[in-house]
Amino acid sequence: MDDVVLKISDVHKSFGAIHALKGVDFELKRGEIHALAGENGAGKSTLMNVIDGILAPDSGTIFWNGAAVTIASPTEAQKLGIGLVHQEIALCPDVSVAENILMPQTNLSRKFFVDYAALEAKAGEVLRQLADIDPRARTGDLSISNQQLVEIAKALTLDCKVLILDEPTAALTEREAQLLFGIMRRLADQGIGIIYISHRMVEIFDNCDRVTVFRDGSYITTMDVAQITPPDVVKAMVGRVIDDLYPAKQAEPDDNVILSVRDLSEATRFRDVSFDLHHGEVLGIAGLIGAGRSEIVKGICRIEGEVTGEVRLNGKALTLRDYGDSIDAGMVYLSEDRKGSGLFLDMSIAENISALDLSRISRRGGMIDSRGERERARALGERLGLKYGKLTDPVSSLSGGNQQKVAIAKMLSVDPDLIFLDEPTRGVDVGAKAEIHRILRDLARSGVGIVVISSELPELIGLCDRILVIREGRISGEVAGDDMTEEAIMSLASVLEHEGADA
Amino acid sequence: MRGSSVEQAIEAGEAPRDGRGMAAAKGLLKMRETGLIAIILLLIVVMSFASPYFLTWVNIRTVIMAFAVEGIVVVGMTILLISGGIDLSVGSVTALAMVIGGWLFLAGFDPWVASLIAIGCCTAVGAFMGFFVTKIGLHHFIVSLAVMVIARGICLLGTGGRPLGLYTLPPEFKFIGQGSIGPIPVVILTFLAVVAIFDILLRRTTMFRKVFYTGSNERAAAYSGIRTKRVIFATTTLCSALCGVAGVIYMARFGSAQPTFGLGMELNVIAAAVIGGASLNGGTGTILGAILGAALLSLVSSSLALLDVSVYWQDIIRGSILLAAVTIDLFLNKRRG
Ligand SMILES: Nc1ncnc2c1ncn2[C@@H]1O[C@H](COP(=O)(O)OP(=O)(O)OP(=O)(O)O)[C@@H](O)[C@H]1O
Ligand SMILES: [Mg+2]
Repeated sequence: MDDVVLKISDVHKSFGAIHALKGVDFELKRGEIHALAGENGAGKSTLMNVIDGILAPDSGTIFWNGAAVTIASPTEAQKLGIGLVHQEIALCPDVSVAENILMPQTNLSRKFFVDYAALEAKAGEVLRQLADIDPRARTGDLSISNQQLVEIAKALTLDCKVLILDEPTAALTEREAQLLFGIMRRLADQGIGIIYISHRMVEIFDNCDRVTVFRDGSYITTMDVAQITPPDVVKAMVGRVIDDLYPAKQAEPDDNVILSVRDLSEATRFRDVSFDLHHGEVLGIAGLIGAGRSEIVKGICRIEGEVTGEVRLNGKALTLRDYGDSIDAGMVYLSEDRKGSGLFLDMSIAENISALDLSRISRRGGMIDSRGERERARALGERLGLKYGKLTDPVSSLSGGNQQKVAIAKMLSVDPDLIFLDEPTRGVDVGAKAEIHRILRDLARSGVGIVVISSELPELIGLCDRILVIREGRISGEVAGDDMTEEAIMSLASVLEHEGADA
Repeated sequence: MRGSSVEQAIEAGEAPRDGRGMAAAKGLLKMRETGLIAIILLLIVVMSFASPYFLTWVNIRTVIMAFAVEGIVVVGMTILLISGGIDLSVGSVTALAMVIGGWLFLAGFDPWVASLIAIGCCTAVGAFMGFFVTKIGLHHFIVSLAVMVIARGICLLGTGGRPLGLYTLPPEFKFIGQGSIGPIPVVILTFLAVVAIFDILLRRTTMFRKVFYTGSNERAAAYSGIRTKRVIFATTTLCSALCGVAGVIYMARFGSAQPTFGLGMELNVIAAAVIGGASLNGGTGTILGAILGAALLSLVSSSLALLDVSVYWQDIIRGSILLAAVTIDLFLNKRRG
């Protein structure tokens, strides 16, 4: 019993009418990697915020090494030795990477003068294990995945006894995720207890020792990973069996072209990109972080960068001035950065969903039809299985996965001809993920162009009919049908194996 | 749009748990406007006991007149705050309208033409600020601080620091500042019209919804295809244009153009908007709330004056009201913890 470092007993937490935690139990042993699974809104992040002292529980007890404690603030949590990597990235964008990593250290230090040089060295060292990021870079300039790595490094510099990772891999590619898993295992071997939250079964089964499942704010079960299979976890999560994670693919290729891109280039980030998207197909885009996947797509939609080249949508050459024109032409982009550029967190769910094209909710004279607006939002919410209290609630009150559904609903609200989705199922639970895949496939079948960027290769392979691989700003290859394997994609994506060939 | 219109609060009653009526009542209770109205009513009741003069039509009219013209500027400021901006130059720009209008009138222009030119100049000043903010990328605070000082300098330069007496203004022009239709002063009617128009525009039109999107999260707005720079340019310009309108009305009301008019006005105007629920971070605020905020501040001033409280105390009390309003709101709206 004495190897239990953290124990949660009968914790309740409500937000107004929403009962987010209904008396949950949880137990973490020293040196174990303990997965926490549950659908979107099950209460996982809420419990972690309670443990980290960000939220005060309504009732219930937290035991630290067997003694009941109250954790009133994140500082107290840090003093106990609890490190939390939040689901949503919370870095100061304007200061350097090193300063962000050192924030908790500086906060905890009792000394008047801080030995910045030593701390910086430590930050650099931790960071190097994870990625090639310059500690002096401005944090806001990093890509989302690199920011995620900085978040992780921030927690790793703390000498914590319990490390909590809330969906850390949602923004990472396979390779970075594997690095992270290596570090996690090493820390666990040193006796640190790790709570690992993820919606990806593979990760749970490859890396974790035990798994606890929550459903609707209640504790369901804790199981030894070695003795179960993924369907057992899914069944505990959703209360039923989900058999088809991916919908059936396109029966036979169609020659009609929806989108045709020719020689698309931008000054520094990509060059000579040409591809076609056919009617009825779901096209994937794979590549390492920083390869330029998002940049190409943003370039097509004129969101960022000065691009040259030709883009034809349904046979018509497009001359777009900005993203507004792109939306009018029927081409929309779902951002990978949900919090920073995808949603208006303090605005209501309904207002978020209608942001792309206000003319759809307006009557004559530009007057907003609020009833119609909410009706549209309700219908789209239902279609995506969105869980919410009221449509007038701010989006910030939703769980991460449900926020993602609002972002997708926003795209669907304009009935686009073509949707670029950048990490569309980031942070979305298994059930909802299958649902989103099904919706994307249905859209493709009905003639809407679907282009998916994802760092999760199994998702791309399961969902797409064809995958373009991007390496260093160019299309390095294309796989389709049975050739879509993780190995094939990785070898096209990675730099090292191709340097010889290119020369 | 936290805590916005009454209608939203009522229609929001979708939670099946506690029937429509209950939810609507709860929504109303939570709203900033309801609280402000309650405080204003309370103050009126208390004051009517303290002074028999208080509830006379003459006094009520004086109180409303005291903030009506400034209220037009409050409207502009609120919209600008919602879009994420701020304008410190409102006082100077209002004075600038008076001075330009007065100077042109004295130079022989028709007063209406002079007024239109004055409003046009203020609009240009707004566009000038909007340019620096959206094209050059400076912060509203800095740009409007500079323009505040520059515009005041122009006023003083153009008049030699002395008020311009406009004794020959024709009566039909003075009517917009001094006249009444029935018992109600034209100034109050103009003010109510501006408030009503912009309140509806802000709550109900797609054009102004973009102001909320932009202020709430400029990046996300840009990623929704909204031309955010244009929105910010427009709200900055609109605020200055409304200052121009206010300046012209003041000119007609006082029959003079005072280069030092409106010193410290920006603080009053921003305070009113913030008491009424606008956030300096953008994305939230209502016209109705801001006007109630202005009414509360004005009511407090006149109450204190009626009670013979020193003007110095008045400032202290007004500042305290601002702090209290914002603090209470923070606690009422706290979602976490
Ligand atoms: N600040 C808040 N205000 C109101 N409701 C909230 C707040 N935070 C969370 N909730 C609600 O509490 C419930 C649990 O949310 P939580 O974020 O813990 O879910 P989760 O299990 O982490 O889900 P996900 O997998 O989507 O991240 C949800 O219904 C959510 O809407
Ligand atoms: Mg979560």
